[in-house]
Amino acid sequence: MIDTATTDRGPVASSAAGGDAIIRVHDMHKWFGAFHVLKAIDLTVSRGERIVICGPSGSGKSTFIRCINRLEEHQRGLIEVDGVELTEDVKHVETVRREVGMVFQHFNLFPHLTVLENCCLAPLWVRKTPRRDAEATAMQYLERVRIPEQARKYPGQLSGGQQQRVAIARALCMQPKIMLFDEPTSALDPEMIKEVLDVMIELARSGMTMLCVTHEMGFAKTVADRVIFMDGGEIVEQAPPSTFFNDPQEPRTQRFLQQILAH
Amino acid sequence: MSAASEHHPDLPPPRRQLGVLGWLRRNLFSTWYNSLLTLLAGYLLVRYAIPVINWALVEARFAGADASACDTEGACWLFVRERLGFFIYGFYPEALRWRVNIVFVLLAAAFAPQLIERFPGRRWLGLFGLTAFPVIALVLIRGGVLGLEAVPTADWGGLMLTLVLAYGGIFAALPVGTVLALGRRSDMPVIRGLSVVFIEVWRAVPLITVLFMASVMLPLFLPEGVNFDKLLRALIGIIMFQSAYMAEVVRGGLQAIPRGQYEAADALGLGYWRKMGLVILPQALKLVIPGIVNTFISLFKDTSLVLIIGLFDLLGTVQATIIDPAWSDVATEGYVFVAAVFWVFCFGLSRYSQDLERKLDTGHRER
Repeated sequence: MIDTATTDRGPVASSAAGGDAIIRVHDMHKWFGAFHVLKAIDLTVSRGERIVICGPSGSGKSTFIRCINRLEEHQRGLIEVDGVELTEDVKHVETVRREVGMVFQHFNLFPHLTVLENCCLAPLWVRKTPRRDAEATAMQYLERVRIPEQARKYPGQLSGGQQQRVAIARALCMQPKIMLFDEPTSALDPEMIKEVLDVMIELARSGMTMLCVTHEMGFAKTVADRVIFMDGGEIVEQAPPSTFFNDPQEPRTQRFLQQILAH
Repeated sequence: MSAASEHHPDLPPPRRQLGVLGWLRRNLFSTWYNSLLTLLAGYLLVRYAIPVINWALVEARFAGADASACDTEGACWLFVRERLGFFIYGFYPEALRWRVNIVFVLLAAAFAPQLIERFPGRRWLGLFGLTAFPVIALVLIRGGVLGLEAVPTADWGGLMLTLVLAYGGIFAALPVGTVLALGRRSDMPVIRGLSVVFIEVWRAVPLITVLFMASVMLPLFLPEGVNFDKLLRALIGIIMFQSAYMAEVVRGGLQAIPRGQYEAADALGLGYWRKMGLVILPQALKLVIPGIVNTFISLFKDTSLVLIIGLFDLLGTVQATIIDPAWSDVATEGYVFVAAVFWVFCFGLSRYSQDLERKLDTGHRER
């Protein structure tokens, strides 16, 4: 896949990363003020790949995936999503955001709109989909996340698990090529985690490219192609789940796994 | 669960003291000092409310041939009745007042139904009131087109003028204020700087000063021959002044919206204007309805300040009439009348805002 379109700024990364890369991150750095949160991140994600990112809190994992749709700006290095480089250019940013869906820890549904309106908003106004088609698509995704019967309700009337499933449906309605999940189950009551994970597992099996920051190691084992461990703003280790959980190489990874798998 | 509810059936809430006597005892005579206060309040009510009612209604004169009919101690409402035309239309030519009446009817038709929950098509009426109505009203009141005789703004006055200023002020101040609030929170330094300067300058100047400047100073700076209408200048002054207040009210709402809402809109690729227009502002404006209506009400009342630059609004017309030597001592009646008219309009605004808040409350409630 050769993309010549959008590298009008910054270095053109070598295409050694593999033929079907959809995300390329090269030597990416980010600072919050004087604090160096992300250091020399290199990552290439192939189309259809499912990646789980874990690490202790403050390791920069959320900041990292938020850089992929530029909710956070990086200050050095290159991020290229589906052939579009993320720069200051608002057009590039909006192009990338149209193709990248995101699910947040706190759902962030729009409380003044019904579930259906939440799902239709972006297709109607960004993709200019006719209303009837947008609603049909929305209902289809709401069925996929198993809450079509809540379509006319407001987010405030739903449980946390239901809200998060709506948030997933809302992101899917834009028919993104990539889905980012930023700790999607961390704000949920324990009995609601499963219903959200079930939806995510099904999505993973459908071939969606997914980057998922989560502490749900069961989920990682079930669906991930690759698990990435971050600490102190760097990628410490990455491996397929079998290797990652059974034979971690780095002492920091071993310590982290011991802590979270201890109980 | 079901076993438990068999053991503990739902009980009615405990019986309080019921009936009128119970209510009285609970609310008015629950302790000795509450009883004392109740008696004191009752005494004051009788002592002062009865004379007021006597003055306003019992001994008042509502009809009669002329000022000599007002020979009692009571209020002389006859005065208000005689001069009502002036209070409503100012110096607007009598033969053309039907045009203003049409505007009043349209205004009432567009906005009065907004207070009635299930009025058919009230949304369309509201839309009419915001779009076509101001154009029609301007054509009718001002004339000069479509074969309508022109009436110079110097002849406008009374309640009509008050409503023109209030309507113009209210419906321009909200959008201008919203744009200023967005500007003040913009990432672009120039836009932010200009908004801050605009808001802080206008907000720090008394409205009276603004009006004086609009009527006296502005013409001095304008090139020779360029002269625009005094009423328009006053209206622009009011709009600028109130926009600055409105901007700060709206900014309060913008700041109350959680960052996640901005991020979710960004992540969907909505872009700045759609993010603001579809996601942020609907929530932010809803949150600050009380503040917005507060500004509207104060704007409505502040229109009476145009009196000092020689425009005769409702208060101005009354003020000009009570010194008429043909009527003796009717100032109280005049001011009470003005207060009552202002109260009716402001109370209407207030009720409408409460209704709106209730209707828009979809946020975090269970049902």
